[in-house]
Amino acid sequence: MDGPITPQAAERRRPPVIQPGQTYATVTDKISSIVLVRPTTPGWLAGFLVSFALVMLLFYAIAYLLVAGVGIWGVNIPVGWGFAIVNFVWWIGIGHAGTLISAILLLLNQQWRTSINRFAEAMTLFAVACAGLFPLLHLGRPWFFYWLLPYPNAMGVWPQFRSPLVWDVFAVTTYFTVSLIFWFVGLIPDLATLRDRAKKRSSRILYGILAMGWRGSALHWHRYQTAYLLLAGLATPLVVSVHTVVSFDFAVGILPGWHSTIFPPYFVAGAIYSGFAMVLTLAIPLRAVYGLEGFITMRHLENMAKVMLATGWIVAYGYVMENFMAWYSGNTYEGFTAWNRIAGPYGPAYWALILCNVLLPQLLWLKRVRTSVPALFVLALVINVGMWLERFVIVITSLHRDFLPSSWGMYSPTRWDWATLFGSIGLFVALLFLFIRFLPMISIFEMRELVSESPAGD
Amino acid sequence: MPKARTKSPIYGLLAEFDTPAALLVAAGHVREKGYRRMDAYTPFPVEGLAALLGFRYTRVPLITLIGGIFGGLAGYALQYWISAVNYPINVGGRPLHSWPSFIPVTFELSILGAALAAVLGMLALNGLPMPYHPVFHIPRFALASRDRFFLCIESSDSKFDRQETRHFLESLGPRDISDVPY
Repeated sequence: MDGPITPQAAERRRPPVIQPGQTYATVTDKISSIVLVRPTTPGWLAGFLVSFALVMLLFYAIAYLLVAGVGIWGVNIPVGWGFAIVNFVWWIGIGHAGTLISAILLLLNQQWRTSINRFAEAMTLFAVACAGLFPLLHLGRPWFFYWLLPYPNAMGVWPQFRSPLVWDVFAVTTYFTVSLIFWFVGLIPDLATLRDRAKKRSSRILYGILAMGWRGSALHWHRYQTAYLLLAGLATPLVVSVHTVVSFDFAVGILPGWHSTIFPPYFVAGAIYSGFAMVLTLAIPLRAVYGLEGFITMRHLENMAKVMLATGWIVAYGYVMENFMAWYSGNTYEGFTAWNRIAGPYGPAYWALILCNVLLPQLLWLKRVRTSVPALFVLALVINVGMWLERFVIVITSLHRDFLPSSWGMYSPTRWDWATLFGSIGLFVALLFLFIRFLPMISIFEMRELVSESPAGD
Repeated sequence: MPKARTKSPIYGLLAEFDTPAALLVAAGHVREKGYRRMDAYTPFPVEGLAALLGFRYTRVPLITLIGGIFGGLAGYALQYWISAVNYPINVGGRPLHSWPSFIPVTFELSILGAALAAVLGMLALNGLPMPYHPVFHIPRFALASRDRFFLCIESSDSKFDRQETRHFLESLGPRDISDVPY
């Protein structure tokens, strides 16, 4: 250590949220040029083609599913919820960080959110879109998906509103809709910026239509900010409610290992944990490829690492409490399920999840790890895998051995399960590739605002 | 109208400033001088500018509240009517009006109603989408989404006079002044 540290010095030492020397013009030109000026690079094309190939795999898997039915998957009785539900919960969890970063950090006035909120919101949308696919494909007859919605029909039947599965329909569609309008409202001023910067007539018309004639009027800004803040306030309880409702799908059932009051908070923390891991997984390559180190600084990466460390401990507490309650309740079935998770046939998945979600992330206590870009990237990937394993363990181990040993069974995924999982990852990545090519991945007007508030600014 | 006025040949006068601070000072002077029909255009929200232009409060929060209440009531009523009136299913003698299980959907629909009302209300009050607006005639106005700050005194203001208002705007030290045609 070199001498005493005053708070001012400590503040100076923290990496800034925006690199000094940026002006309104430079942030505008830099971010908009990624979309408008920069040519389509071979790297982008290659990445898009690979992910698009995976989208084709997804379509192939879906087409075969529609023809042949869910029998092509590994699901059967007793494990009727296989990869489809694992993937659904995993994706929807990933979709939580975007709204969290945009809404909660906005309300908490955390300025560092500005450079990551836009693509985190896009990530949310695409993850929720991937998530939404799975329960629909799992329906058996996916073409009747609209039966989930309450509409007057010739059959004279209505959905059962006492079922968490119907709550899920409302929670996920509301979440998708609100995330979409939140994202779009955030984009309007930036679409106007692109309209004004675009050289090509076709892009001017396209961005012009999307910008809806935004002209930055002071009165408009006033209403805009009010609406944006209200949306943030609405999205905050919404984001908590969505994974809570998803956890009800399990917790309302009476199956040992699912029927537990800790599920809602534990699911929400897990969702934030995996969401931040996915934001890091995307932010690290993006800032390197597009030279955005001036906007997404080490401070952002370090803050996200700290959020992961904190939520990781909440998740770890959930694991401990599950096992503690299984023992403390004295319930034979709960006790067996906990033991079966740890030492049963799916034990390796449980231990892999403990390694990925609890043990390895403890490296984030070290500042050296938090400030090392490659280490953060690897850890983010590890947590992504760990969170997928967590959902696998929750869904499969509880189902495969329930109350009656005569109804026990084993579950193993087929190639179609894997094709759908990797296909959905391809869909997610392909949508992200399109997003970074056609829309500003960092909120331009909020960066200008940040410049005006920074000491070097006006 | 006190007297029949011929419609001014222009929409207004647009002054361009370099910084938000300069724009705020100018807006203050314009307001002091007695102009009321004016607007400012900035690349990002400038605090206090709307108030200087005489804009005190917005109805967006009220619209959002109404949207939320409507969404929640509609959601609850839908569930009650379906579960207890139109399609009652007796499950082990449990009450048909099982309100605790109606809460999640009521909550979600309240949020949905409020969020849609906030966005649509904001857009409607702002008069968007509006593909055409006179200020778009000025080529330099493209900088309003980059790094310039504009103040427009509209010709519909009773104090507006093409020459006098231009002289007054010049005294505020803008970078540039342009006539905005209709």
